[in-house]
Amino acid sequence: MAHDKNHAAAHAHPSGNTYLKIFVILTLITIVEVWAYYIPALVASPLFNPSLIVMSAAKFAIVVLFYMHLKFDHKLFRALFSGPLIIAGATIVALMFLFHKLSL
Amino acid sequence: MSAHTAAAHAAGHEDGHVHHHYTTTGLDNRKIAIWAFIGSECMLFASLIATYLIYKGKSLVGPFPHTEYVDAAGKVFKPILDIPVTSASTFVLLASSFAMVLALQAVQLKGVPLPTNAGWWTRAQRSSQLWLLVTAMLGATFLGFQAYEFTAFVHEGLTIKTNLFGSTFFTLTGFHGAHVTVGVLWLMSLLWVDRTRGLAGPGDELLVDITALYWHFVDVVWIVIFTLVYLIQ
Repeated sequence: MAHDKNHAAAHAHPSGNTYLKIFVILTLITIVEVWAYYIPALVASPLFNPSLIVMSAAKFAIVVLFYMHLKFDHKLFRALFSGPLIIAGATIVALMFLFHKLSL
Repeated sequence: MSAHTAAAHAAGHEDGHVHHHYTTTGLDNRKIAIWAFIGSECMLFASLIATYLIYKGKSLVGPFPHTEYVDAAGKVFKPILDIPVTSASTFVLLASSFAMVLALQAVQLKGVPLPTNAGWWTRAQRSSQLWLLVTAMLGATFLGFQAYEFTAFVHEGLTIKTNLFGSTFFTLTGFHGAHVTVGVLWLMSLLWVDRTRGLAGPGDELLVDITALYWHFVDVVWIVIFTLVYLIQ
């Protein structure tokens, strides 16, 4: 039955030790972000902002995929989250162009 | 509704405990609802973040987030953001997400016997009340950090009316703080249910799962805010 499968899938989550490893990874990425903030040479680099955004996106994805279990959950839930997220991201980028914060 | 689902639904009402809300997709409608709600919240925070980014660097008077400001009277305003304090609060919120997944796991493992040689960590992982309490306390600690930050900013001359940075900063982080407050209240009510009648079984798992999804969403929003508002200059 569909809901039996869903219930079984709900239990196919990582273990407590995996959650702990994920927490350590999230903490390490945050430490790197903050460390980079205090290095003037890095802040002056054109790669500073993009690298911060990449690290933030990685943390976002890790939490959503593992802590929110989207990696293991039904595809409808993935669609319910990814769809609005893509629209939200596109809206931010469009507004940045509209208000000349970004240009081609 | 399939025959099996209907039978399970009827049985649920008869025993007075299990109340499944399965849809034709086979998924519980409450879980679909929380994901749809989280999707709509993405839009809300996107609008707040976009507003912050559009007005970033357009304030005519200080205090400014990352640079010093001297007003006409010669008063010096230091860069207002306190990165060490905010880094600590970010760590606290990340830790609360970790505690939240352990709370959900503890409810899912109710009824599963502990191995005879289980250590303290394995035993600790089985206490849903412990992890719900830890999550709520860490959430409250995050709110304490935010209250401290807001108070310090006001004392240093930055209010919601001072400049564009103040307006957009307090609106964005204030909305996030309001969400954390709702989450803490939600967690405390769940903890109360766990203490009074205990949380066990698929129905209660779903209650904790839905709470966890909301809590982790609040965490991921902060991950974005921390980078875009505090770290990017």
